[in-house]
Amino acid sequence: MAPLTRTLVIATALVALSACSKKPKPEDLPPPPVDNSQAYDPNANAPTGPVKGSQEDFLASVMSDRIYFGLDQYNVDEEDQATLRSQAQWLAQNPTARITIEGHADERGTRDYNLALGERRANAAKNYLASIGVDSSRISTISYGKERPVALGSDEAAWAQNRRAVTVTVQ
Amino acid sequence: MIRFSSITPRMTALLALLLATTGVSHAQLSVDVTDDSGTNALKIAVPVLPTSQNVATPAGSTQELGQKIAQVIADDLKGSGLFAPVGPAGLPAISMAEVTAPVFSKWSAYEALVQGFVRSAGGDNDITVGCYLYDTALQSELTRQGYVVAPKDWRRAAHKCADAIYARLSGESPFFDSRIAYIAESGPKDKRVKRLAIMDSDGANHRFITNGQSIALTPRFSPDYGSILYVSYVGDRVRIFVYDIGTGKQRLITESSNTTFAPRWSPDGRWILFSMAIGGNTDIYRVSSNGGTPTRLTTAPGIDVGGSYSPDGTKIVFESDRSGSQQLYIMNADGSGQRRISHGSGRYATPEWSPRGDLIAFTKMAGNFHVAVMTPDGNNERILTNGWQDESPTWSPNGRVLQFFRTSAGRSGASQIWQVDLTGVNERRIPTPLSGSDPAWGPLLP
Repeated sequence: MAPLTRTLVIATALVALSACSKKPKPEDLPPPPVDNSQAYDPNANAPTGPVKGSQEDFLASVMSDRIYFGLDQYNVDEEDQATLRSQAQWLAQNPTARITIEGHADERGTRDYNLALGERRANAAKNYLASIGVDSSRISTISYGKERPVALGSDEAAWAQNRRAVTVTVQ
Repeated sequence: MIRFSSITPRMTALLALLLATTGVSHAQLSVDVTDDSGTNALKIAVPVLPTSQNVATPAGSTQELGQKIAQVIADDLKGSGLFAPVGPAGLPAISMAEVTAPVFSKWSAYEALVQGFVRSAGGDNDITVGCYLYDTALQSELTRQGYVVAPKDWRRAAHKCADAIYARLSGESPFFDSRIAYIAESGPKDKRVKRLAIMDSDGANHRFITNGQSIALTPRFSPDYGSILYVSYVGDRVRIFVYDIGTGKQRLITESSNTTFAPRWSPDGRWILFSMAIGGNTDIYRVSSNGGTPTRLTTAPGIDVGGSYSPDGTKIVFESDRSGSQQLYIMNADGSGQRRISHGSGRYATPEWSPRGDLIAFTKMAGNFHVAVMTPDGNNERILTNGWQDESPTWSPNGRVLQFFRTSAGRSGASQIWQVDLTGVNERRIPTPLSGSDPAWGPLLP
């Protein structure tokens, strides 16, 4: 029994690792495996992955949930296309799933224009997904303009992280 | 009543100077913050308003009100940048008899003198506030006004007195007795709570309208102060609501599955200008304030957003990136005759047409963000402020002062509401209980 236990624990750790691989941050990594084979009860602790079709499943399956844009830009470049293709693949595997794409801008713009820019970015991602076969009725968009930054600094590195379109599954 | 005095020519000269600087473009790209030296400001004494009989009212005793009203008058005058008021603290008390017969020898150090009184029968009865302005050199009365208000509205009497003084000495229209709608901000930068709120032009009588559960943005008072247009994220959508101040009810201005934002009233309140994004393309539309089918005014394949009517309602200044970057454009109210007016360096945004019609205020993004003005033909650009990020100017009812919001950089960055006059010299922060953004100045109160 002991070897099996270790295999399961490691497999779980690997899933968690792959989900985090786009933004490796040491503090987000799972704790190292603990040998708890003495306490192991196979009936009480069956392996659990993310529920198919869930946001967790989405995050674990796609390259990234977001794409990034240059200053005042809204074009979907090759790297973004690869990310969106991985999202389209997941949508194909989960045909009843629906998504919302949230468009964002950095803080270095005026409020109304940034709302319009967030709309542009969310729609650029939506249009690409539609162009590779995702039914556009499954995709809604919303712009947050500069209202919801993820990086809080006021420098180019932070602004680059905030100019984004984020795909969120609708539960 | 209106007699020639030694003060009026001086103030007229001051205003002429203020107007003349319109022609000196780019003269003050770096602007001093507050210049309170008062070198050009008129020295005016504001002693406590005495009361004939000290009685209690729900807003305090008439004696206390006399002190508080004098303070509000002095603060208003100082905030305009044209006056160097002294008092009420540190000035000698005056008797009721002196109000109409000043002892000018007491006030020889000042060029002007404001006196007044507070009278009430007590309780919930209205209070009467007298307001007198004197030229101390000529020892003559320049104006006298009286206001009868409910005790809770004592600040309005003070603002009206300050307005009467400002108007008499500057020849300009008044503006103190007016209100501001804005967005109160709290919480961390990535989860900021943004609530619709209203207050007097000096930050007093503050009141929250929304509870902060949904993001609220870009409010605008209707010209009659009956309602407020604003953007709400309620229901996880971005839509424009009109909130009725009297009933507390709100409704959508248009039924649409698309994002609607950047709402603006026409000067007569009959129309609402707004921006709508369809498939990522934003254009400007107009709809009757009673509802109905919107009319599309712009068709350029770019972001056309915002907008502000000329005071006569015939033209609209708006923002577009159709040239590749944000610039200012003017069109006729029906959308025809679109032409670009901004041609300087940097990007231009958030144009607001002055209620006087003579200037357009806007945000200029060139490195830092500045509040600036230009004439409607696109000439005479003048930068008024220089913060890290100053944006979204809104005009005082008389078109002589602007409020805007100033955001600081970094993780703890926050926004505050500021005010600046057209010289760019007199700048001050408007006190709000929380951080604040998106100020929108309403007209003079009816």
